[in-house]
Amino acid sequence: MSFNKVVKLAAGAAVLALSLGSAKAADNVEVLHWWTSGGEAAALDVLKKDLESKGVTWADMPVAGGGGEAAMTALRARVTAENPPTAVQALGFDITDWAKQGVVGDLSEVATAEGWDKVVPTALQNFSKYDGKWIAAPVNVHSTNWVWISKKALDAAGGKEPANWDEFIAMLDKMKANGITPLAHGGQPWQDATLFDAVVLSLGTDFYKASMIDLDPAALSGDKMKEAFGRMEKLRSYVDDNFSGRDWNLASAMVIEGKGGAQMMGDWAKGEFLKAGQKPGTDFVCIRFPGTQGAVTFNSDQFMMFKVGDDKKKAQLMMASAIEDPKFQSAFNVVKGSVPARTDVPNTDFDDCGKKGMADLAEANEKGTLFGSMAHGHAVPASIKNAMYDVITRHFNGEITTDAAPAEFAAAVEAAK
Amino acid sequence: MPTRVQLQNAIPKLVLAPSFAAILVFVYAFIFYTGYLSLTDSKMLPSYGFVGLENYEKLWKLPHWWRAVTNLAIFGSLYIVICSVLGLLLAILLDQKIRAEGFLRPIYLYPMALSFIVTGTAWKWFLDPGIGLESVMHHWGWESFSFTWIKDRQMAIYTVVIAAVWQSSGFVMAMFLAGLRGVDNEIIKAAQIDGASTATIYRRIIIPLMRPVFLSAFVVLAHLAIKSYDLVVALTGGGPGQATELPATFMYSYTFTRNSMGIGASSAIIMLVMIFSIIIPYLYSELRGGPRQ
Amino acid sequence: MSQASPDNAVRTNVPARVAIYIALILFAVYYLLPFYVMVVNSLKPLDEIRGGNMLALPQQLTFEPWSSAWSTAQIGVQATGLKPYFLNSILMVVPAVAISTLLGALNGFVLTKWRFRGDNTIFGLMLLACFIPFQIALIPAARILGLLGIAGTTQGLVLIHVVYGLGFTTLFFRNYYAAFPTELVKAAQIDGATFFQIFRRILLPSSGPIIVVTVIWQFTNIWNDFLFGASFGDFDSQPMTVALNNLVSSSSGVKEYNVHFAGAILAALPTLVVYIVSGRYFVRGLMAGAVKG
Repeated sequence: MSFNKVVKLAAGAAVLALSLGSAKAADNVEVLHWWTSGGEAAALDVLKKDLESKGVTWADMPVAGGGGEAAMTALRARVTAENPPTAVQALGFDITDWAKQGVVGDLSEVATAEGWDKVVPTALQNFSKYDGKWIAAPVNVHSTNWVWISKKALDAAGGKEPANWDEFIAMLDKMKANGITPLAHGGQPWQDATLFDAVVLSLGTDFYKASMIDLDPAALSGDKMKEAFGRMEKLRSYVDDNFSGRDWNLASAMVIEGKGGAQMMGDWAKGEFLKAGQKPGTDFVCIRFPGTQGAVTFNSDQFMMFKVGDDKKKAQLMMASAIEDPKFQSAFNVVKGSVPARTDVPNTDFDDCGKKGMADLAEANEKGTLFGSMAHGHAVPASIKNAMYDVITRHFNGEITTDAAPAEFAAAVEAAK
Repeated sequence: MPTRVQLQNAIPKLVLAPSFAAILVFVYAFIFYTGYLSLTDSKMLPSYGFVGLENYEKLWKLPHWWRAVTNLAIFGSLYIVICSVLGLLLAILLDQKIRAEGFLRPIYLYPMALSFIVTGTAWKWFLDPGIGLESVMHHWGWESFSFTWIKDRQMAIYTVVIAAVWQSSGFVMAMFLAGLRGVDNEIIKAAQIDGASTATIYRRIIIPLMRPVFLSAFVVLAHLAIKSYDLVVALTGGGPGQATELPATFMYSYTFTRNSMGIGASSAIIMLVMIFSIIIPYLYSELRGGPRQ
Repeated sequence: MSQASPDNAVRTNVPARVAIYIALILFAVYYLLPFYVMVVNSLKPLDEIRGGNMLALPQQLTFEPWSSAWSTAQIGVQATGLKPYFLNSILMVVPAVAISTLLGALNGFVLTKWRFRGDNTIFGLMLLACFIPFQIALIPAARILGLLGIAGTTQGLVLIHVVYGLGFTTLFFRNYYAAFPTELVKAAQIDGATFFQIFRRILLPSSGPIIVVTVIWQFTNIWNDFLFGASFGDFDSQPMTVALNNLVSSSSGVKEYNVHFAGAILAALPTLVVYIVSGRYFVRGLMAGAVKG
C-alpha cells in the first residue's frame, strides 16, 4: 500500500469519526408520527422549529397509513430491535399497552415542575400517566360527537338545528326530499364506529359508560343496544350506495359542495371546511350529535416518550416541555381543528366551533361526562375495539340484522377480552 | 499437500454455508418461533405464557377468519385459472410471428414491475362507480351502464381478481412464451405434413408439451395468491364490511393492529401449512431425479 | 429476437391474422389503462380532475404536480418531495441485488456441479424459503437486526433483502446451470483450476440471460417492498415506497390526486426502465432455464 493511500485512508477515517462524534454530541430527538398531510405537518413544523431554536435537532420518521396502524407496526420493530425512537405519536390504549411493556420513559421531572396535573383533564391523564408517572405529552383533544351540516342544505330543510333524534331524522328526511344525500359518510370500519359512538352516547351517558367503557354484558346485549343498532340501521338509509371505502375527507367534500347534507365526524373535519374557504355559522354549522350536548367523546394525540439513553434524555424532556407550552398548544390546535389538551389555554385565536369545543370540553370535564371514544381507541384496548368494529361494520353493511346484532356484539367483545 | 486438497474440496460447502445458515435462521427458526407464539398468550409483543391450542380454537370460531379462507378459495382458484389461460393465450397469439412483438411484450409485462402502492389508487379510481368506468360510460352517453362491483359485498372479491390478473398474467405469458420458443420445430413440421390443422397441433402437441410451464406457473401464482396483501389493502381495505379479507390481511391485522399476536401467529401457521401442502409435493416430484442434465 | 425464435408459427390466413392483431391490441389496452389513467391525471390541474372524465386528456396541461411530487410535496414534517428518498432506495437496492445475485450464482454452481450428499434437501429447504409470508418475519428479524447493531440502517435493509431473495436467486441459477455441460467443469478441474477460477472463467461468462432474469426479479421485488422498508428503515434510510405511502395515504387534507399520481409514476420509474430496457432478454432468460423444472 502506498504512503499516499495510507494518508487518504487515515484522513477518511478521521472525518468519519468526527462526523459520528458530532452527531452524538448534539441533542436530538427522533420522532415517529403519521402527520404527513399539509396542515398537520405544518403544525408539527412549529414544534420542530421551536426545538431547533433551542439547539435540538429533529430526526423525522413519518410512516403514514391506516390512522397510525403502519406507524405502530414500525414501532414494534423498532422496540424489538431495542432502538426505540425518542417520541412517538400515539393514541389512547396504545400508550397504556406500551407502558405495560416497561419500555416507556418518565417525564415526571418536567410535569411536576410545570404543574401538568392541574391543567390537563383527568380523563386524558388516564392515558398520559401510568403507575403515577407521566409517560406521554398530550398535544390535543379531538371530540368526535360532532355533526357538520351544510348551512344551505339546513336552510332548505327548515333551518332549525336538530336538538334530538326525531328532529335529526326529520331534517334528514327533508334533505332526502330535496334530492341530496342526507348523510355524507364513508364506509370504513372506524367511520362506521364513529357514528356508533355518537348514537350510543345519545342514548345516555350512563349507557355509554356501561357499554363502551365498563363492557357490562347486560348493557352490551340489552334492549338499549338493540335500539342503538336500530338507529344505525336508520342512519344507513340516509347514506348513498356509493359509500363503501370512501375516505372521510371526501365525505366532507360532499357537504362542502352541497351534494351531501350532514356529516358525523370528529372536529378534524372542520379543517376541510376552512380550507375550502367556508365560514362556520354562514356556510356550515357545527352541532353536537343530537342528544349529546353536555357530553363529549374524545380522542387525544399524545407524544409517548420512550426510554432513551442519558445522552438523549435532556432533548426528550425539552421536547415534552415544548409540547405543553400554551403557545404551541394554541398554535397547533388552531391549525389542526382540535382543542388544546390544557384547559388554561386562552381561546382568543380559535373560531366559533373551536370556542364551542373548548367550552364543551371544560363542561364535560367538570360534569364527569368526558368519555374516551371507542371508535378512536380511547375506551377499550385495540383487540376489543376491533371486535366491536367487526360487528358494527357488518351490521351497517346489512350482514347482521338489528335483532341479532346485540347478542353478536356482546359475544365478540367477550371473545376478544 | 492433503490439507490443501481438503480445503479445495470443502470450498463448495463453505460457499453454500452462509446462505444456508442465513435461511435456517431467517426462515426456519422464525417459523418455529411463530409456531411457538401461536401456543402462547402473546398480545402486543411476544410473551411466553403457554395456552396450548386455545388460539387455534378461537381462530376457527371467528367468522372473520372463515370469510378470509373462503375468499382465498374463490380468489385463488379464479386468479390461478384466469392467469394461466390468459397467459397461455397471449403467448400463443404473440408467437404467431407478430411484427410488433418487441413493442407489445413489455406492455403485457410491465404491471409486474409496479407495486400496488403505485397502481392501487389508479385501480381504485377505475373501479369506483363515482369516478371510474361507470362514470366514464355515463359521460360518453351510455346512461344505463352500471359497474358497482367494488361496492357490492357479493362481487367485491371479483374486482380483486381483476386487478390481480392484470398484474401477474403478463409474467405468466412470458413463462409460456419461453416454453413455446423451446418447442422443437421438427415435431410441428411433421404434424403439418400429416395435414393436421393449427388448432389440432396446439391442442394435441404443443399445449401438452407445456406441462412443466403450467406447473411452474401454478406454483408461482399459488404463492402469490396466498401472500396477496398489498392488493387488498390498496384496493378495498378488506371491505365493503369484511367482504374482501384474505388470510394475509387477517394475519397482519390480528398480529399488529388488534394486538392479538397469538391468534395472528396461529393464522400464520395455517397459512404456512396451506402453502407447504401445495409446494412440497411439487418440489418432491421435481427434485426426485435431481436436476436434469 | 425474431431470428432466434424457431418457426412455431403455424400457417394462418389473412382474416385470422387480423383477428390476432385485434385481440393483441385489445389486451394491450387492458394492460395500459391503469397506467394511462395515472399519466393523464398527473398532468391535469386538480379542478379538472374533480369535475371531469377520468379518461379525458388534460385540457390544461401542467407539469406542476411532477415537480411538486419530486421536490416540494409534504412527506413528513418537511416538504422535501420524494427526492431524498430516491437515493435511500438506490443505496439499498443496488448492493442487495448485487449480493443476492452473486450468492445465488455461487449457490447454483455448487448445487449443480459440486454435488454432495443431501444437496437436494438443502436446495429444497432454500426454495421453500421463497414462500414464507414476510409478516411473520417482522418481529424476530427486528430482534436479530438489533442484536447485530444494524437496526434502522441501510445495511440492515440490505441484509434482510439479500436473505429473503436467496431462495429465488438460487433457484434461477441452479436451473440454469443444470443445463450447463458438466464435462467442461470436470475438464477444468483436471487442468488444476480452482473452484472460483472455474466459476469466474467458465460459468459466469455464459450466464448473461439468467443474470438478467435474476436482476430484474430482485430489483423489482426489493424496490417495491414496503413492509420491511417501513419497519426497518430509519429517518435517514427510509426507502421511496415509504415516502410514496406517506404522500398518498396522509389521513387528512385535500387529496392532491395529480401529485399522488405523479409521485407514483416517479417511484415506479426505475423498475419500469429496468423492465423495458432489459425486457427483451427476460423471455430469453426464462427460456434458458428459469421455467424448466
